[in-house]
Amino acid sequence: MQGSSVNPSQGELNYSATATPAADHHSEHPDLRLFGFIVFLVSESMLFLGLFVAYFAFRVVTPLWPPAGTPELELILPGINTIILLSSSFVIHRADTAIKEKGDVKAARGWFLVTMAMGATFLVGQVYEYQHLGFGLTTNLFASTFLCADGFPWSSCICGAPVDVRCVMAISPTRSLFPNQSFWH
Amino acid sequence: MTQAPALHSEVEVTPWREYFSFSTDHKVIGIQYLVTSFVFYLIGGVLAELVRTELATPQSDFVPRETYNELFTMHATIMIFLWIIPSLTGGFGNFLVPLMIGARDMAFPKLNAIAFWLIPPTGLLLLLSFFVGPASAGWTSYPPLSLITNKAGEAIWIAGVILLGTSSIMAGLNFLVTILKMRIPSMSLNQMPLFCWAMMATSALQLIATPVLTGAMVLLGFDLLVGTAFFNPTGGGDPIVYQHMFWFYSHPAVYIMILPAFGLISEILPVHARKPIFGYQAIAYSSIAISFLGLIVWAHHMFTSGTPDWLRMFFMIATMVIAVPTGIKVFSWVATVWGGKLNLCSAMLFGMAFVSMFVIGGLSGVMVASVPFDIHVHDTYFVVAHLHYVLFGGSVFGIYAGLYHWFPKMTGRMLNEFWGKVHFVLTFVGFNLCFLPMHVLGLQGMNRRIAEYDPKFATLNMVCTIGSYILAVSTLPFLINAIWSWLGGPQASANPWRGLTLEWTTPSPPPVENFEVEPVLLIGPYDYGRPEALVMTSAANPSLMGKPNSKAETVQPLPSREAEDKEGG
Ligand SMILES: [Cu+2]
Repeated sequence: MQGSSVNPSQGELNYSATATPAADHHSEHPDLRLFGFIVFLVSESMLFLGLFVAYFAFRVVTPLWPPAGTPELELILPGINTIILLSSSFVIHRADTAIKEKGDVKAARGWFLVTMAMGATFLVGQVYEYQHLGFGLTTNLFASTFLCADGFPWSSCICGAPVDVRCVMAISPTRSLFPNQSFWH
Repeated sequence: MTQAPALHSEVEVTPWREYFSFSTDHKVIGIQYLVTSFVFYLIGGVLAELVRTELATPQSDFVPRETYNELFTMHATIMIFLWIIPSLTGGFGNFLVPLMIGARDMAFPKLNAIAFWLIPPTGLLLLLSFFVGPASAGWTSYPPLSLITNKAGEAIWIAGVILLGTSSIMAGLNFLVTILKMRIPSMSLNQMPLFCWAMMATSALQLIATPVLTGAMVLLGFDLLVGTAFFNPTGGGDPIVYQHMFWFYSHPAVYIMILPAFGLISEILPVHARKPIFGYQAIAYSSIAISFLGLIVWAHHMFTSGTPDWLRMFFMIATMVIAVPTGIKVFSWVATVWGGKLNLCSAMLFGMAFVSMFVIGGLSGVMVASVPFDIHVHDTYFVVAHLHYVLFGGSVFGIYAGLYHWFPKMTGRMLNEFWGKVHFVLTFVGFNLCFLPMHVLGLQGMNRRIAEYDPKFATLNMVCTIGSYILAVSTLPFLINAIWSWLGGPQASANPWRGLTLEWTTPSPPPVENFEVEPVLLIGPYDYGRPEALVMTSAANPSLMGKPNSKAETVQPLPSREAEDKEGG
């Protein structure tokens, strides 16, 4: 489960549909939501794979990359930001172990909230970064691809947030955090 | 149980209001899909008739040229996204898959309902775009053309395609999980009806290919509305990347539109030929092979887009390789029908017409797969002929065959056979009259997507137009027959065709929970000629005794037979 985030237009719908008890009137069925969610993640990764390959295609066909006149990218702040985002994966993993191995709902909820706080920090960092970029969405092809490649994942985080909040409320020892965890990655 | 339990004297008829509600019953949703998509088929058909009327004469004299572009763009969009895909996957898939695998419903009933209810409003939205000038850059919507024509209509078109794609992904997810996880315990993958295999292959394609189209649409939308330059050469973008992303979906889309029809035909032929299907595993695995190969051939649509030679070579060979699994299916169908005791009812007629028409479309497909030939006929009427033999001679004939075959199960009423045959003859004649001459037109160099043409093409175009009018008339006997029979046709028994798949073991129409008792497999889906088949289709079947709506006879397994079944695989 990696390389997954969600497409703003379809992610939330699918996500909530698979994460809420969809098979109400079929309580005797084994729980298929986890399997369904994995299938969804595979499908959704294709969206990002497609965009990613498109990005490389643009790179390959453009003679000079980034095109002349594109301001230098600042690397330190985005670097810190990325580290925050990546380490949040470990934190949500702690939340998962807390609940799976110790059944500790409180700790799990805590770790989960820390993850979300880290996500929020990341978003704030991104907004700051965009304001100081020196180029906009329509400046040139490089700017367009850069901002979109960069923008899809975090905008999907925003979409995922309300679902996550609901999950924090619903945490119980019986419910696996796996869907949230794999989504976050 | 060889004895039929008490007959259901009262059939539970779904109240009509249910069909307009957010029902989570897969049978209701299946019928919702079928009826909705048929309405869009009629609308798309009207657009096609307008196109053909314009093309009846060489001059552009019926509608303005811009309108002509809008008509063929919307015709293709509606037929693909609102007719064939929803009716085959959403319609037949929903109604049949759970019944065929003995499940009570789909894995995610609510998701199922959401997927359906995305379709009517989106279709309406697309139709409303006629008020602002709809998309007119062809259903392929290639930039930069799509960025400079009818901006509002194009934006609606992009939104519509994203929404319909989302619905399709949801449906695919649901089918895959349902087929893999919800079969009755006594049914292994290799005992599954072939339609379920086909739906499995289709769902995989929906899940893998559709998101890439969504990605392309998002970027195209940015280009159109925000002014980015992904695909716009003026800003340094690359329109070829769009073509790759678009066809990465849209070639598999052809298989999304034909694989379920393959599945339907694999069900219908053995029933009406009274013979086991020939090469069950060959048909099953060739669906999977087609699904996989279908993902690596997309650039055969781009042989004239400056694609490098080595890439053209690869895509040419890969495309031709697809003819192998497809040919395996065709041979298996012919071998199934060969020497059978054919019941030439409407379903069977459409089924056999499907095979023959699809062979024509398949062969012209191998022709256009070849780079030198394709460069010659690219964007000519040869391609139009090819795609209509696949999508009409294939998919639509398959849908009609399925409708005639399962109408009794869906509605509990029999369709009128006489009018069914009238419908078949008109459709078959009209179809060939309309599309066969297009092969010649294409070879002679008539371009597609043009409103006026060289007068030397006039005669054949007139023939095509007359054929299309016959095709339009042909839907009337079907429509009247369907409505009439649904309201007051003769009652259908549980198993009017003496089929062996599980949907025929439950009353017509099936009760809300599908099966009163979880069914147990007694016999493979195509084991005609085995003693159990006789038990299931005649001895204990009151349909042959003139008593409609019998209950399932296969609930209790005969222990010795079950052991035999396991050995037989
Ligand atoms: Cu293709």
